[in-house]
Amino acid sequence: MDLSINPILLVASLMVASTPILLAAIGEMVVEKVGVLNLGVEGMMIVGAICGFAIAVETGSPAVGFAAAAIGGAILSMLFGFLTQYLLSNQVATGLALTLFGLGLSSLMGQSYVGIKPPSTPKLDIPLLGDIPVLGPMLFSHDLMVYVSLAIVAGVWGFLKYTRGGLILRAVGESHDAAHALGYNVILVRLAAIGFGGACAGLGGAYLSLVRVPQWTEGMTAGAGWIALAIVVFASWRAGRVLLGAYLFGGITVLQLNLQAAGVAIPVELLSMSPYLITILVLVIISSDRNRAALNAPASLGRAFHASS
Amino acid sequence: MTALLSVQGLRKAYPGVVANDDVSFTVGKGEVHALLGENGAGKSTLVKMVYGLVKPDEGQMVFKGDPYTPGSPHEARSTGIAMVFQHFSLFEALDVAENVALGMENPPPMRELAASIREVSETYGLPLDPSRLVGDLSAGERQRVEIIRCLLQDPKLLIMDEPTSVLTPQEVDILFETLRKLQAEGTSILYISHKLEEIRALCDGATILRLGKVVGSCDPRERSARELAEMMVGTELKSPAATRHELGDVSLTLKNLSVKSANPFGTSLKNVSFDVREGEVLGIGGVAGNGQDELLGALSGELRTAPDAVQLKGQPIGHLGPNQRRSLGVLAAPEERLGHAAAPDMSLVENAALSGWVRMDMVRNGFIDWTMARNFAEKVIADYDVRTPGSANAARALSGGNLQKFVIGREILQKPDILVVNQPTWGVDASAAAFIRQAILDLAAGGAAVVCISQDLDELMEISNRFAALNEGRLSEPRPARGLTIDEIGLMMGGAHGMEVAHIHEEEGAL
Amino acid sequence: MIRLEKRPTPSQTWAYLTPLVAVVATMIAGGVLFAFLGKDPIVAIRTIFWDPVFGEFAFYYRGQLLVKAGPLILIAIGLSLGFKAGIWNIGAEGQYIMGAIFGAAVGLAFYPMEARWLIFPLMIVAGALGGFLWAMIPGILKTRFNTNEILVSLLLVYVAESILASMSLGLLRNPEGAGFPGSRNLRQYESAANNELIAGWGMHWGVVAAFIAVIFAYILLSRHIMGFNIRLTGESPRAARFAGVNPNRLILFCLGLSGALAGLAGMFEVAGPAGQISIDFNVGYGFTAIIVAFLGRLHPIGILLAGLLMALTYIGGEAAQASLGLPAAAIQAFQGMLLFFLLAFDVLTNFKVRFGREATV
Repeated sequence: MDLSINPILLVASLMVASTPILLAAIGEMVVEKVGVLNLGVEGMMIVGAICGFAIAVETGSPAVGFAAAAIGGAILSMLFGFLTQYLLSNQVATGLALTLFGLGLSSLMGQSYVGIKPPSTPKLDIPLLGDIPVLGPMLFSHDLMVYVSLAIVAGVWGFLKYTRGGLILRAVGESHDAAHALGYNVILVRLAAIGFGGACAGLGGAYLSLVRVPQWTEGMTAGAGWIALAIVVFASWRAGRVLLGAYLFGGITVLQLNLQAAGVAIPVELLSMSPYLITILVLVIISSDRNRAALNAPASLGRAFHASS
Repeated sequence: MTALLSVQGLRKAYPGVVANDDVSFTVGKGEVHALLGENGAGKSTLVKMVYGLVKPDEGQMVFKGDPYTPGSPHEARSTGIAMVFQHFSLFEALDVAENVALGMENPPPMRELAASIREVSETYGLPLDPSRLVGDLSAGERQRVEIIRCLLQDPKLLIMDEPTSVLTPQEVDILFETLRKLQAEGTSILYISHKLEEIRALCDGATILRLGKVVGSCDPRERSARELAEMMVGTELKSPAATRHELGDVSLTLKNLSVKSANPFGTSLKNVSFDVREGEVLGIGGVAGNGQDELLGALSGELRTAPDAVQLKGQPIGHLGPNQRRSLGVLAAPEERLGHAAAPDMSLVENAALSGWVRMDMVRNGFIDWTMARNFAEKVIADYDVRTPGSANAARALSGGNLQKFVIGREILQKPDILVVNQPTWGVDASAAAFIRQAILDLAAGGAAVVCISQDLDELMEISNRFAALNEGRLSEPRPARGLTIDEIGLMMGGAHGMEVAHIHEEEGAL
Repeated sequence: MIRLEKRPTPSQTWAYLTPLVAVVATMIAGGVLFAFLGKDPIVAIRTIFWDPVFGEFAFYYRGQLLVKAGPLILIAIGLSLGFKAGIWNIGAEGQYIMGAIFGAAVGLAFYPMEARWLIFPLMIVAGALGGFLWAMIPGILKTRFNTNEILVSLLLVYVAESILASMSLGLLRNPEGAGFPGSRNLRQYESAANNELIAGWGMHWGVVAAFIAVIFAYILLSRHIMGFNIRLTGESPRAARFAGVNPNRLILFCLGLSGALAGLAGMFEVAGPAGQISIDFNVGYGFTAIIVAFLGRLHPIGILLAGLLMALTYIGGEAAQASLGLPAAAIQAFQGMLLFFLLAFDVLTNFKVRFGREATV
């Protein structure tokens, strides 16, 4: 068996492969921390993917494309926010609607962009760090978005742990009734978090269409949004473990692609379903410890809030 | 005494009900003022308006001589008004310091906050560790968190909504010490309660509400509890009459029952044992959250246990589910009316079938006979005086008292051999409460064994033959209810739970 | 300022009216969307909703209506039972694929034996079993390990798609197919074919099964204790426990039944309209059925009507694609929009909307 897999390239491509899911998952984690379950990640990602792609092609600037993707994802998430927070619709159903609608909307928007090459996103040339042997090409020779995604994770971690805003956000997710009684605006806090989650999912989608693939095809997210949702559960709603989960998943994806390319004697179908199977396996392991899973999950997750007093 | 807060002609209407109408009262500086009224009299709505959670439709408030129109609790707090809630405004998965910070306008950094929590809690005799998770605290300790949160902001007016409902008698005494110190320091307290003895012991003035209106004000120290009660209820009170009857054989036995709570912040039961005879009412007291829900679950069959731990006339039934127990005559009525005893959006017919189908024989070959269910629902409505337009109405459309009568009636009309009720009269007006207590006594007089779990000690003393208390999942030895003193009951409930008397000795003389 | 007031009792009128209001609102919003795409909105809406039933070529389209509605209704009925109980099987697409693979495999195993009385019933059983087993995976993981059934059932769709690809390229590939992917055509194998029962109607055994499922679900929900338990669990899980409902048994029942029905739909599809196992066999019925279930308000009769309406958008969409050049994706977006509007207007069932001064903060 010829296992000619270069570990440097493996780690480097792992970081690229993980970034879309990392972005979507960290955004969804914030949404779930505030007590909202948005199952529309897949829909927001794919709309982000086409928004980012189309704008990047039209303007020639990937940076503008990424900004547009974040805005697109956030707008779509506001639709979810309006329905669930103001009209008190069922969060599971509305999230599913968002995914189904997003898939349709994106292929509609992407009609004229099939088969086009996007402007390439430049890789950063970090002096000194990039020149370190082995570690340089592995960790310090990526495009800006890889580092932006890491910065977002660090920012979310610090925000939730150290700031008053983060404390209020966690409090709303824990008990919206108590937060309301203390005078916090539950709906506004939730909408802000939902918007942030939408923007992150949009960025993740754009990273797929602009860097990872890079081109536009219908349904190109292929379940990445759902895997992001699974990673939030895996991470027990902690930012650091979201990073771990996303990179673990990215690693499996890259490894199975490399194995496919290397022509290992494992059926291709088995390899291509392996990321999904492993995600399920991890979900089972994490959730089988009932007490721990229940303690970490935000207590108001998925419950509708209506100030009745 | 100069006025601190003066309320003039407040009105607040909700669709279908006027919660407050032309309510006026004044709280003096350093006064402990009681708001007295039955459940549903409008006390909570009134203080929510003072605290800025609800906007009044009409009326004015004046605080320290200035017009006061709070738009939010933030505004109320920065004006100097703080509130301790009845259903706590706490977050179980956050620690004490975080909970305190959330209720403050400008909290200091966490480290300093933790230090001042320690300091204030020691001073006022409410020891508290700032780093503990609130979910792991007892009800009394949770209340300390709320009180300390208020005290750290140096309030001019402290609102307390039914603060003693979660305390043992010993803890109540200590809380009152703390409140008297505060009063001596010049803090005014607006004290909401329906417990008359407390108000007579603590308050300088009282405003009495009935059906949203002020029906009187007085100095509670000059009135008897009976007088206050009749002002509050508006009619003469009739106490339930217990008929003296002989007890039969042992019907229900619990033997070393231990069961783990399904809720991560719940209380597991540890070695609970008792037996109840036919015709007997066993009253189980205790502060909320000490295993009451779990005990009801273990008796109703929602929580399975070792077969021998629960026995019906010597037969093991601990492993049986709710419906198997129902067919044996073991019935239960949980505390939470909406969402546990009844499904809020389902009709009364469906809710009658919910727990009644097994014993009332409504199901043939898996198919429900809805005519039988309707007849049963209508019998419950008629016999238990449930006020509703009809059996097709949703459970959530009923008032608390009416739904509770429906729930209790539904179980009693199934002629149980054993009935377990949790908080049968919680949040129910006085006449419905008296009705329900009488129904429970009549059931026992007919030979059924009744286990009544409640946090209302007066109620338990009124209807129980024997009394026991739950404390941290353990049950005290049951003792005859007659002749128990309030101190003995308090010790059975766990005494003062580590609370201590406030330490501000130099203020002592000011009282 | 708009505010919501909870109704004491859910409004029956609005429960029936919201789907209609949602459909009208979607037509208006869809019209705007089509206008935005440069199509005449009136013509587009007419092409989608009117012409397939009453237009010139209605004789062709009418048959198609039942062909598309059959699987949608069959799957949606199963899903609606779970949704009512708060059990979210959103992987019906995967169960549909597995039902098709199981059914087709049994049929192909007997090829070329002639024994319709044996083979076709066996295929039906196998199809239901395939979907059932696939749905039991999230079911058992949920009951044994408390694993989220939404994520597991959905992720299994991608696994099922991989298996489908593997089957059409390998095990089930037509040995006489000149190496092209895809199985033998079951429609040409008399003993396994699920052909039209009445020519031109589009009525095949799958449609019959869908109608039976509607009646079955109606009786289950309105009369049977199991249906009562399903509704009770959805309304209030704690009250259901108090009523003696075993939540694990209910989860397995709902997931198993919805999986079996989705599997049946897949089997009838592969033996009938689709004809063969191929890489692109599944076209998203399992996901559209989610919309159908909600649009039908999780009520069997509602689902019947919603299934027909959704089938109409498929057919009308194809017609509009042919005659107006409306992109296929527009219909998908249109269907998603319909679900949004439905969920938005649903608020009227439980709340009164009042305009005026804000009452609470």
